[in-house]
Amino acid sequence: MLTLLFDGIAYGMLLFVLSLGLAVTMGLMNFVNLAHGAFAMAGGYVLVVLMRGYGWPFLACLPAAFAVTALLGAVLERTLYRRMYGKPHLDQVLFSIGLTFMAVAAVDYVMGSSQVNVQTPEWLRGRFEFGSGALSLGMGAYRLFIIVVCVALTVGLQTLLNRTRFGSRLRAAVDDPRVAAGLGIPVNRVFLLTFAAGSGLAGLGGALGVDILGLDPSFPFKFMVYFLIVCAVGGTSSITGPLVAALLLGIADVFGKYYLPKLGAFIVYMLMIAILLWRPQGLFTRSGGGR
Amino acid sequence: MINTRKRVMLTAMSALALIGSGAQAQSDTVKIGVILPMTGQQASTGRQIDAAIKLWVAQNGNRAGGKKVEVIIKDDGSLPDATRRLAQELVVNDKVVALAGFGITPSAMAAAPIATQSKTPLVVMAAATSSITEASPYVVRTSFTLPQVSVGLAEWASANKIKKVVSLVADYGPGYDAEKFFAERILFNGGQVIEKLRTPLRAPDFAPVLQKVRDANPDALFVFLPSGQGAAFMKQFGERGLDKAGIRLIATGDVTDDDQLNDMGDVAIGVVSSHHYSAAHPSPANKKFVEAFQTANKFRPNFMAVGGYDGMRLLYKGLDATKGAGGDALVAAMKGQLFESPRGQVLIDAQTRDIIQDVYIRKVEKKDGQLWNIEFDTIKSVKDPGKNR
Repeated sequence: MLTLLFDGIAYGMLLFVLSLGLAVTMGLMNFVNLAHGAFAMAGGYVLVVLMRGYGWPFLACLPAAFAVTALLGAVLERTLYRRMYGKPHLDQVLFSIGLTFMAVAAVDYVMGSSQVNVQTPEWLRGRFEFGSGALSLGMGAYRLFIIVVCVALTVGLQTLLNRTRFGSRLRAAVDDPRVAAGLGIPVNRVFLLTFAAGSGLAGLGGALGVDILGLDPSFPFKFMVYFLIVCAVGGTSSITGPLVAALLLGIADVFGKYYLPKLGAFIVYMLMIAILLWRPQGLFTRSGGGR
Repeated sequence: MINTRKRVMLTAMSALALIGSGAQAQSDTVKIGVILPMTGQQASTGRQIDAAIKLWVAQNGNRAGGKKVEVIIKDDGSLPDATRRLAQELVVNDKVVALAGFGITPSAMAAAPIATQSKTPLVVMAAATSSITEASPYVVRTSFTLPQVSVGLAEWASANKIKKVVSLVADYGPGYDAEKFFAERILFNGGQVIEKLRTPLRAPDFAPVLQKVRDANPDALFVFLPSGQGAAFMKQFGERGLDKAGIRLIATGDVTDDDQLNDMGDVAIGVVSSHHYSAAHPSPANKKFVEAFQTANKFRPNFMAVGGYDGMRLLYKGLDATKGAGGDALVAAMKGQLFESPRGQVLIDAQTRDIIQDVYIRKVEKKDGQLWNIEFDTIKSVKDPGKNR
């Protein structure tokens, strides 16, 4: 029971880090970026290449995965994405899904299409067991590590957005870019940084997920649905929304597969339908706002 | 502008005419149309079989039955629609003497009606669902069937004090085959499958199912997963402490696929699996095959490669017997062939057109710094159990 709960939380946390960037671009920047999964995949492959090709230690690869994908995000934002901000959502969707197809084909060509694996370090392979019977709790070290990293990230981001000057500038830029620009806020640079950070988070999530979710070139399509569900259910106006949604999905998924294996992967969709019928705007919404 | 376009058209048309006349002039050539997944999820299957076919041609020349053999390789990306279209093109436009390849069951099934209608022999080199050979009287198989290897493993398990088993299969055709035939044989031998679990093809987090297995606490866990997922599975199996809880892991050979075994790391050591081919099979024929294969490629041959290699042998020998003719004569010539494959002796059953072969029980061991499936038990001449009903 507790073990399942633990696994569900770890899975949900992973989904959260993976989806957070999408929630940020969609909610704060009003941009539908379906290529988000491609950034996650890029992060995963950065980890694989550095670990297997260059023998980097696992812990050094995680920030590297963040940095490389953030850089990639920044470059693409400058060259491609910026032109799309003012376009209708349909254009954005078509553009970013096209980008995803290109990324999938490119990775397939360069890295091959089979699933890749990494060897996590010894200290992350252990397992802690407590108690017995219905209340027994078994925690895999790696999943515990994921939870710790994700909690730290969440707290950090929450502080960044709510307590720092950058956070208030970002919120101002999102609410009304023209007035914000008039007040001397460098709107373009704020958006660039935000987009890069969102992509970097996806990359970090992808790198963390290699060991649990597996990694192959079809990754962006496999998980696109999950990202979108997290954003749809959680709403995109805050960090708390996607966090709660991701945790809910992760836990429901694990419990569903354990207790109702026949329904298996479908539980997640049923939960989404139920929540959206109850609250069509998502669990957490911001009233008012500029748009 | 218009002029250029006209000229391009003319050039294209004359080129087409040239190709047409060329094909007519070379009536002493026979073509074999091979359809493989060279891209997409199953690309490793295509890569292995492609390499094996090239190796066969390099070793045996490009002549069979007194004619020049031309192999045409087409990529279907594992999409049955594409397989069907390519098969049609190969039969109608290229007038191939035989179709071959077929990475997954739905692809083989999609091409089977075309084989029947055009009376073109179809050699299945990879796909492993039992019923494929029944889809057309022109289908001949050189790979294996999942019932074949699952039943072999069930026999071994029963003989080794494994009574209570949980089965875990991927949720698609071959998985059902494996689950069903494994459970039947375990039951027949007085054992018990206490839980039958299926895992979706697209959800590679095994945490919930593995926890379920652990709580059920069987003697062994029987697993069939398509070859790519084996590594992730084994890692999680170890991390969840199932091995320490005394649950043995037994699997079909897809899980410890030679192509990826080395990437799986030490968690794979000791896993018992059953299959018809291991690159470590200790026979002179196999040593020669593996050596030649590894000289030509940077990777080790797996069971897909051996299916492709034997498929080419079957076609060459068949064409030799028919003097290059195709159709019913070629199918008849391929039936009943008995030969020494790298995997051991195999026979193409004249009745079912399916392969009869030894099934080996293997254990993953480390030798010279590499992981191999080392065979330690053999079940002789296994006929596909899926046909005995």
